[in-house]
Amino acid sequence: MNDTLANTEKKTAYILTLPAVLLVFSIILFPIFANIWISFKEVELKDIRIPEPRAKKIIKSISDEPTKIKILYKLRNSSLIQEIRDVSFQDNFPKNFEIENLDPRCSYENYNLKCEFGNWPAKYRENFQVKFETNDGSKIDKKNLKSIKPKLDGKSDNILLNTNFTLKNFKKVLFENEFIDLLLTTFYYTFFGTVGSIVFGILTAQMVNQKFYGRTFMRSVLLFPYVAPVVALAYTWELLLDPNSGTLNSLLLNYQIIETPINLLGQKYIEISILGFDFKLRLALTTVIMFEIWRYFPLAFLFILARLQAIPKELYEAADVDGASPFQKFFNITLPQITAVISILFMIRFIWNFNKFEDVFLLTGGASGTRTLPINVYQQGFAISDIGMGSAVSIVIVVLLLMFMFFYFKLLGKRVDEN
Amino acid sequence: MRTKNTILFSLISTFFLIFLISIWKILATLQGLSINSFNIEIIFIFGFLISLAHLGVGDRIKSIYKSIIFSSIFVFCDGFLIQKLPIWYNVGVFLILYFFTNKISKYTFIGLKEEHSTQVILFDFLTLFGILFFSFVILFPFYMMLITSFKTQIALLVNPLDFSINFGQDIKDLFKSYFVIFKSYKFGKYIVTSTIVSVGTVIITLLFAIPAAYAVARLNFFGKTFLSTSILIIYMFPAIVLVIPLYTIFSQLGLRNSIEGLLIVYTATTLPVAIYMLQGYFKSIPKELEEAAILDKLSWFGIITKIIIPLSIPAISSVALYVFMIAWNEFLFSLMFLDNPNSFTLSRAIQYLSGDAETPRQYLMAGSVVVTLPVLFIFVYFEKYLVSGLTAGSVKG
Repeated sequence: MNDTLANTEKKTAYILTLPAVLLVFSIILFPIFANIWISFKEVELKDIRIPEPRAKKIIKSISDEPTKIKILYKLRNSSLIQEIRDVSFQDNFPKNFEIENLDPRCSYENYNLKCEFGNWPAKYRENFQVKFETNDGSKIDKKNLKSIKPKLDGKSDNILLNTNFTLKNFKKVLFENEFIDLLLTTFYYTFFGTVGSIVFGILTAQMVNQKFYGRTFMRSVLLFPYVAPVVALAYTWELLLDPNSGTLNSLLLNYQIIETPINLLGQKYIEISILGFDFKLRLALTTVIMFEIWRYFPLAFLFILARLQAIPKELYEAADVDGASPFQKFFNITLPQITAVISILFMIRFIWNFNKFEDVFLLTGGASGTRTLPINVYQQGFAISDIGMGSAVSIVIVVLLLMFMFFYFKLLGKRVDEN
Repeated sequence: MRTKNTILFSLISTFFLIFLISIWKILATLQGLSINSFNIEIIFIFGFLISLAHLGVGDRIKSIYKSIIFSSIFVFCDGFLIQKLPIWYNVGVFLILYFFTNKISKYTFIGLKEEHSTQVILFDFLTLFGILFFSFVILFPFYMMLITSFKTQIALLVNPLDFSINFGQDIKDLFKSYFVIFKSYKFGKYIVTSTIVSVGTVIITLLFAIPAAYAVARLNFFGKTFLSTSILIIYMFPAIVLVIPLYTIFSQLGLRNSIEGLLIVYTATTLPVAIYMLQGYFKSIPKELEEAAILDKLSWFGIITKIIIPLSIPAISSVALYVFMIAWNEFLFSLMFLDNPNSFTLSRAIQYLSGDAETPRQYLMAGSVVVTLPVLFIFVYFEKYLVSGLTAGSVKG
């Protein structure tokens, strides 16, 4: 009895979870494996289309012989790269048509022309012509003939499904794609974006944790950049930073802080000299990182604030009794209490910044030294139309992420052991 | 010790005052006043003197009178020494000074003698500074977005610093950009598409997620722990990795440029977090209620619809709002899957609009306002629900 109950419970559970599991598997897990598959192939955007046999029907009347007609089929393989096998052809004709000179590949029965054209190589073209005559001597209606469309069928390999594999994509990704540069850019973007957003998150959380008038309002305002659509924000920033008539440059010019406008999003390097040392700062990349920090520090803020509010008040009271200064309280009580949250945040933000596509794409499109790996996936796959390369880059992303996670957890595990 | 603390206090408060006045000057410049310098030196001297004078005067004058006197002196000198500006600007300066003197009124010579007093002062002013700084930095782009959408092309080119809006003009002229984007760029249609996609995603996600979350929370079955842990791992998988295979598959199936295609992808990407959030809440519902229902011979369908759903309305609303927000803001998949203007979502439409260099920026900003307003409105109105959703689902973003 108990056993059947457990069985029904199991069955119910499977019924309840199945739809969700199927959907997630087919849309998320399956594509990840498909990605690995595609990355080992030479596929371009145009190869994705499945090749089709096509026929254009042209009707030519023969002068002086109204009972006769010539029909020309312009046959072709729609694909420039793939062959189509076992092409079959079918067309119907009115009930009084008799065929002349039947092509050996074809048969004509019941006013139905059937042909087997065999295999068509890529780019195949043929002008296939048939002649008809009416058997009752009546005139031919060309319009009626034209309205009947021929049917073609054929088998073709889906280029995605064949088993020709190559390592060319990976070779290209790793050796011909300025890979080191890409990796460094992605790393700068990810690391400084993550650290920056966490630092600002700590500052703002510490701030909102004090009591002041309008605190709840402040909390909502701080979350605005995170909840608003990225498209709107990116274009607003672009206008704000525009070198010609952007607000920021105009303001700086107005106050004579700068003499010529700075193209914050379009300039790769800027020379800065501090104490006689000349630095080359990656300007556009820095700007993009700023946007990144601006947009995602609210998340760190939310996490850290929740943690701060859970710190027992007694700790601070005890510190007050001991005569601790505000900075001592911050470094000795607050910071140790939030390290766990920070380490989780660091991992989450690092992973997501590493994969961030929209922000950079909308702000610079990957130009002026802001080409990160995710941008490269898009550029390879859709701008250069090399799907295989795009896939290979995204596989590299996944591998790097897995490596990062592995080392991160190892490091974290060690620290936990020491404690 | 006392002298050092006095000087430090005066310096910190003066820097704070400079910051306040500078922000006010920026805002005034943006209203069309020609202010070409922050005059930091003069304000520094005044601020320093006021801070010192405040300490020196102490309790001898009531603090309200003290504030008013100091503020008036500052405003008078500001107008006299720096430049003459309209009354509203001076009123603003007066209010800032009044606020400032009120803030420093709690510091006295006696207080400065205490231990750590400079650190306390620094902390207090840093908090104040932070509040204003972050409000300014966050709200300014939104303010600019809104204002730009009300301007005309010529006005923007002639003086990019003039943010003032002439409310006296005809409503039609004021909202011209909005009329244009709805008339010539079919934004009405895009709003409908975006709404259908977002609401559709919410409905389908809930339909799939509630039963699954219930099973994970309550029932015992083989693979349960695997399922609940893999949910989060799957959720961490980046969208950019899915894009190419989904694009190829959707192309071959003819699902590109269709709302169905977007619905499938959005639902699949939001399902894991929805299940995760809901099962956590379902676990907190007392089991006894369901046991009673089982005795009443209610099926699992009955249990879910009659007991679980009515009891977890708050959790379901926060999931719904969160999913709505994700679907409404989503850009990557709509960029990849939609290339026919007839099936654009709002985000994609704005990106398409910006692709044309000829598009006037006020149209772009009007579009941005249109796409931002619903989300911000929902956020402010349902903040309590959304914040819990954000915290739980924050691994995404």
